[in-house]
This record gives sequence, C-alpha cells and structure tokens, in this order.
Amino acid sequence: MTDSATLPREDETSNSETCARAPVGLLAELTHRCPLQCPYCSNPVDLERANTELTTQEWQHVMRQAAELGILQIHLSGGEPTARKDLEDIVKTAAEVGLYTNLITAGVLLTKERLARLQELGLDHVQLSIQDVDAANADRIAAYKGGSDKKREVAKWVRELDMPLTINAPLHRQNIDNLPAIIDYSVEVGAGRLEVAHIQYYAWALKNRAALMPTREAFMKTVEIVNEAKERLKGILVFDFVVPDYYAKYPKPCMGGWGRGIMNVTPSGRVLPCHAAESLPGLEFENVRDRPLADIWLKGQAFEMFRGTEWMKEPCRSCSRKEIDFGGCRCQAYALTGDAANTDPACSLSPLHQDWAQVAKEESHKPSPEFVYRRMGKSGPAAGA
Amino acid sequence: MSEPQTRSRLIIDADSILKLPRHIKLKHDQGRGLYVILAPERVFEPDETSVEVLKLCDGERPVNTIAQILAEQYQAPADVILADIIDMLQELADKGVVKS
Ligand code: SF4
Ligand code: SF4
Repeated sequence: MTDSATLPREDETSNSETCARAPVGLLAELTHRCPLQCPYCSNPVDLERANTELTTQEWQHVMRQAAELGILQIHLSGGEPTARKDLEDIVKTAAEVGLYTNLITAGVLLTKERLARLQELGLDHVQLSIQDVDAANADRIAAYKGGSDKKREVAKWVRELDMPLTINAPLHRQNIDNLPAIIDYSVEVGAGRLEVAHIQYYAWALKNRAALMPTREAFMKTVEIVNEAKERLKGILVFDFVVPDYYAKYPKPCMGGWGRGIMNVTPSGRVLPCHAAESLPGLEFENVRDRPLADIWLKGQAFEMFRGTEWMKEPCRSCSRKEIDFGGCRCQAYALTGDAANTDPACSLSPLHQDWAQVAKEESHKPSPEFVYRRMGKSGPAAGA
Repeated sequence: MSEPQTRSRLIIDADSILKLPRHIKLKHDQGRGLYVILAPERVFEPDETSVEVLKLCDGERPVNTIAQILAEQYQAPADVILADIIDMLQELADKGVVKS
C-alpha cells in the first residue's frame, strides 16, 4: 500500500551533509495490483499492468545496485507487495546485501506461515495499514469485505513472531473522529509505532478530495489528541504524525527534498524522484532495465530537474526556509498552479495559498460526495492477487 | 517469543540491563564513513558517545558498569557520565532503540 502516509521520512538524517549525495531509502513498488480499492491511494490513476512488472531477477538486481549506491532501507510497497509470489526471493536478496527491509502491506493476502518465512529470510519490519477501527467503515473505505478482521489477525501474527509493527492509519473526514480508538487499537495490538497521516491530495486522493478533506476544526482536534497521547504513551508508542498541507503554515519537505534522500521504483522499473512525479510534464523517467540505478540517481534528467534550490522561483528563491522544505511538493504545485517550479500553495507565502485554503474550507463543510474507488482501467485484470 | 505485551514505559536507571532489539541495527556505513542506526522507517546518526554506549549494551552489563568503563576511558567522573548516559539511554529507549 502506498498512500501518502507510507513515505519514509528521513528527518533524522536530513541535515547531514555526508548523506546529501547518496540516497537513504528506496521505495520499491513491486506491483500496482491490490485487492483493496482505497479512494486515497497514492498510486497513479493509470495503474501499471501486471504484464509490465519487473521480473524477480530484475528486482534482485535493483536490490544489489541499491546497496552499492549507499541505500540503507528498502520499503517494499505497492499496490500490495504480497500479491507478488516472489516476494520471498526479493526479500532474501535485499537482506543478503545488507538492506534494512520494510514490508508495507494491507495484510489481507498474508498467511502466518508466509510471514514467518519472510522473517526467516530477513524481513526486518512490518507496516500494516488500516482504514479505520470500525470494521464496517474500514471495509467500506477499502471496498473489501472482511479486511478489517483479517488485519487484526495479521497484526497478531506479526507480534507473535516478535517482529516490530507499525500501524499506518491515513486520516480523512470519514474516519477522523475515530482517532482515539485508532491509538488504542495500536497499543492493544502491540504496535511500536503509529503513523497517522492526513491524506495528501494528488492521484486518487485528488479525485476524492471533497470526500476526504476534514474541516479545520476536526483537524485541530487531531493535533490535540496526538499531542496528549504522545506524552501519555511515551516509551510505548512512537508517533509519526503528518499534518495536512491544507492547514499547515509551511509545506513539508516533500520526499525530504527532491533527489536528496529517496527514490521510487515503479512496478515496471521506472525510477522516480517521488512516487507522484509521473504527473509532472517535461520529466524523463528512466528505467532500471536500461541504465544503472546510480547513473539515474546522479544524472537522470528527472532527478536533476528539481534537485537543490537553483530551479526555484519567488517567493522560495529568496526565502530562508528553502533548504528546510525545498519549496514543498512539486506535484501539488503543478496540480494547483500549472507550474511545478512554483511555490507549493500549501505554503502560506504562496500567492495562491488563500484561494486554496478557501477551497479546503468550502469542500470540507459540504456533504461528502461518493468515493471514486481505486480500480484498474475498465479492460484491466480484476484487482487482486 | 510472544510474551504478553507489557506495554509500559521502560525507565532507565543505573541497574538497567539493556540490549538492542533484533530489529535495531547499529552498523558502520562504509560509504558515508559514519555509524547509523537502522530502525523501523528511521535512520539515526548516533554521535560518537552514543555509539560507544550502544556497543556496550550487550544484555549483560548494567548501565552502571557501562558508566565506569567510559569514565575510565575518558578520565571523567563516573557519576557525571552515569547521569549523562541515563538521559541518553532513556531517549533511545523511548525511540525503541534499546530494550531490557
Ligand atoms: S488501494 Fe489501499 S491498500 Fe491498496 S495500495 Fe492503494 S492505499 Fe494501499
Ligand atoms: S516560500 Fe518556499 S521555501 Fe519559503 S517556506 Fe514557502 S515553500 Fe518553503
């Protein structure tokens, strides 16, 4: 699963000069297949087909190159990474070359035996996504019956195997009131971390923005709840809380800065500086099938395009925060201003910020429209493994 | 291995005996020329002292002993060192980097 909440954040290393040239993390989208249909999925609206996916050997080659390049952590994601029958082979290679392996899963396809096998092969950590703690609501959001109960079981297995568990609960207006219950749930199932991220609005989430965007009041309440719980659960549950751009003063450093710490490889092997980068015009994405990963990282046109601060326009160009947030999200800037080099309108210094905040306000107070569920194109294969 | 979740905060004192959980990896990164701690969806860059301390957290030595070892090594008063590393280890415990 690859909703916005699953992005690795490298804040602990972001101010390290030594790391600036070598990426720290690689998000491997092993497949876009997924039995769930979350309306906020961050996969592109044009999902890649199963028959274009990299082979086992090709993924293994990516893992070896990643380790050589200095990458420390691999985030095995999707779609649903467990929909690939060769996940074991990929994990095995990644572990052998010393990468820290993180499985980002919706859980519903897993068995306990498979999880144990993955652990044996070197899987370090499991991040399990939930849609809500209210089972009926969760299953409605994911459009997958029984998913919620299955996830609870998967969480139990992870802990029975003594593996570390992160619960990832993307927040939006249709589950935001259950945040306290989501926190309790995480403690109860034995998670060591909880990621509660407000949705970011691109890809599927942009289609569903009005159905997902919480009101400012609801959002402010989550900040209070998380702050209180953080204190109360110190040493028990680590919180990773991502506030929605719509209501923040300054944007987040998207991907920790473009081409700075993280890269993303799509199911068919395209290498992206950000998993939503395909929405931007004028970028050339190279494929691991054609060029070594290190070359793509260092010299690829798409990586060079917005790396550093040279490309910036005002107000970013002369802003003292430009090395902190790198002007926010390029994809959001493009989606909302038509120019990816503009300041992300999430920033209160953007001339477009006011308009944007107004849209957020209006939409969040109107009744929610129906979800547009994440699905492959009409002629596509049925979702699922 | 599945002892019921104790789910309470680990409070560090001089007698605590600590180790790194299996899923926390302290390793020297050749390319960057520094130590890193690999943790669930996190990479930490411990400073030199933290590295020393973490290497001594072997699941056998109490924190007290670690303080003595470092006091000798750095020729500093053991009680000062002890207070410092208790703070440091508490912070690391809260991040899930060490356990008892
Ligand atoms: S549909 Fe849901 S579970 Fe599947 S990849 Fe997208 S966000 Fe993850
Ligand atoms: S103007 Fe640009 S650099 Fe300054 S805070 Fe806003 S987004 Fe960041």
